[in-house]
Amino acid sequence: MTLGDWLTDFYVFVLASFLGLELIRNVSRLLHTPLMSLTNAISSISLVGSLALTGEGEKTWVIVLGTIAIISSSINAVGGFLITDRILKMFKKSK
Amino acid sequence: MENIIQFVYICSAALFILSLKWMSEVKTSRWGNWAGSAGMALAIVATLLKPDIHGYLWIAIGIVIGASIGTPMAVLMPMTAVPQRTALSHAFGALAAGLVGTTEYFLKASQLSLPQLVVLSIEVFLGFLTFTGSLLAFGKLQEIIPTRPILYPGRNYVSFSVFAFCLLLSAYMIFQAGYHPLLFISLIIFSLLFGILLVLPIGGADMPTVISILNAYAGLSSSFMGFLLNNKLLIIAGALDGSSGLILSIQMCKAMNRSFTNVLFGGMGQVIDVVDPSRDGKVVKSLSPKEASILFEAAKKVVIVPGYGMAAAQAQHVVKELTDVLENKSIDVKFAIHPVAGRMPGHMNVLLAEADVPYDKLVEMEEINPLFPETDVVLVVGANDITNPAARKNPGSPLYGMPILDVDKAKQILFIKRSMSTGFAGIDNDLFYSPKTIMLFGDAKKVLNDLVVSINSQ
Repeated sequence: MTLGDWLTDFYVFVLASFLGLELIRNVSRLLHTPLMSLTNAISSISLVGSLALTGEGEKTWVIVLGTIAIISSSINAVGGFLITDRILKMFKKSK
Repeated sequence: MENIIQFVYICSAALFILSLKWMSEVKTSRWGNWAGSAGMALAIVATLLKPDIHGYLWIAIGIVIGASIGTPMAVLMPMTAVPQRTALSHAFGALAAGLVGTTEYFLKASQLSLPQLVVLSIEVFLGFLTFTGSLLAFGKLQEIIPTRPILYPGRNYVSFSVFAFCLLLSAYMIFQAGYHPLLFISLIIFSLLFGILLVLPIGGADMPTVISILNAYAGLSSSFMGFLLNNKLLIIAGALDGSSGLILSIQMCKAMNRSFTNVLFGGMGQVIDVVDPSRDGKVVKSLSPKEASILFEAAKKVVIVPGYGMAAAQAQHVVKELTDVLENKSIDVKFAIHPVAGRMPGHMNVLLAEADVPYDKLVEMEEINPLFPETDVVLVVGANDITNPAARKNPGSPLYGMPILDVDKAKQILFIKRSMSTGFAGIDNDLFYSPKTIMLFGDAKKVLNDLVVSINSQ
């Protein structure tokens, strides 16, 4: 990776952080718990790293660690999105 | 192929951003969750298309095991346990990030450049400290270990030394590039230790803040993994998660009038036995639920203040029943929601939603406070610190300055509580001794049930 690549990555990081701050600032307090379980699920994007690691792995120990990482992050992803939906379904307005 | 994969990653990033945008309103929030799930699905598919990937069997096994653990955790978990589930989930996510970093190091340590070593160290440090920190938070929330802060003399020096040692180890590995397996394993061990030291002195009252901070760390860890793998989707998703955790913890700190560093290193929630000399001679009035139910007869406006006591007694459904009974008598009922009521940001809203209380009856602190003077009866269900007028009046109180619900300004206060014991902050509530307050001692569920029966028979 060249220095230019690093700078681009850093650029993306800074922009995404500010975008995140702006998006979350507007979220109603009512929705803070589902918001947190949603962002918790999104943080399991590390699954992408675990998949690459396991899929490309030649050595047994790499595959073992990679599979543990896949299990962990898919617990996070599946559980996070499912419970967020379960919570959101409960929010109802007065009739 | 690479271009197609990158294009799908861009779509996935856009879906995550839409997901957070839609999450800001109840109307569109379910769309938000679907967009997030779709973004994740696209990211997985795109990654599996990579030409270097061949070990599909283990990937499939991993995902199947993960999904079969994650699904029951989400579907069967009672809503009172959502904070625990979230903490546990953070632990898993962070473990994955830590493990990926570890494997990368052992595979390619000697080929890594200086910036790669920097991001790898941060990823591994954040990943493993979040892992143990979240597990500990889970233990505290599940009450496997005591929720009160665990304090020992010189704890700040110990934590700081461990942190400094992690920094030193990383600095050495970064500048002495090459393969240092023992140093790397020490970094893992000390990061794990630091996570424990970080959460150990934090008490139940600060749990909402801790959970959001851990959320931010888990996200940042994924983001730094993105730097290492030169994957912009990971950087974006991780940064979105990081900033969301950060902003929520800042909001939680504001709601408690506490500084960030205070939450991280202080120990509110420690049981300070404030023997208040002025307490002697003060009278506490208490009634049975049956006697107290008469107070609702003349009432027109009632506000219910739910606290963790309600959650612990699983009393949200009886609260809803009581609401229906009162509304049948044309009494106006509202709920006053303090931002840090419960053990997770917004937890009370979820518990009440679970009991079918419509969300437009839930009123936030800023909007409900001016309404208290014209409220006939306030019913506090197991909420202590967030209603303590000492936060407004007594500069000597550890709660002083914390924004509270101005329950004391209402005409009549009914306080449901198990005993006279203190809340999370370990501080006596002045409200108990107010001439306007009547205590209803007992389990929240039972007291509320008795109230419902008596009001119905009137």
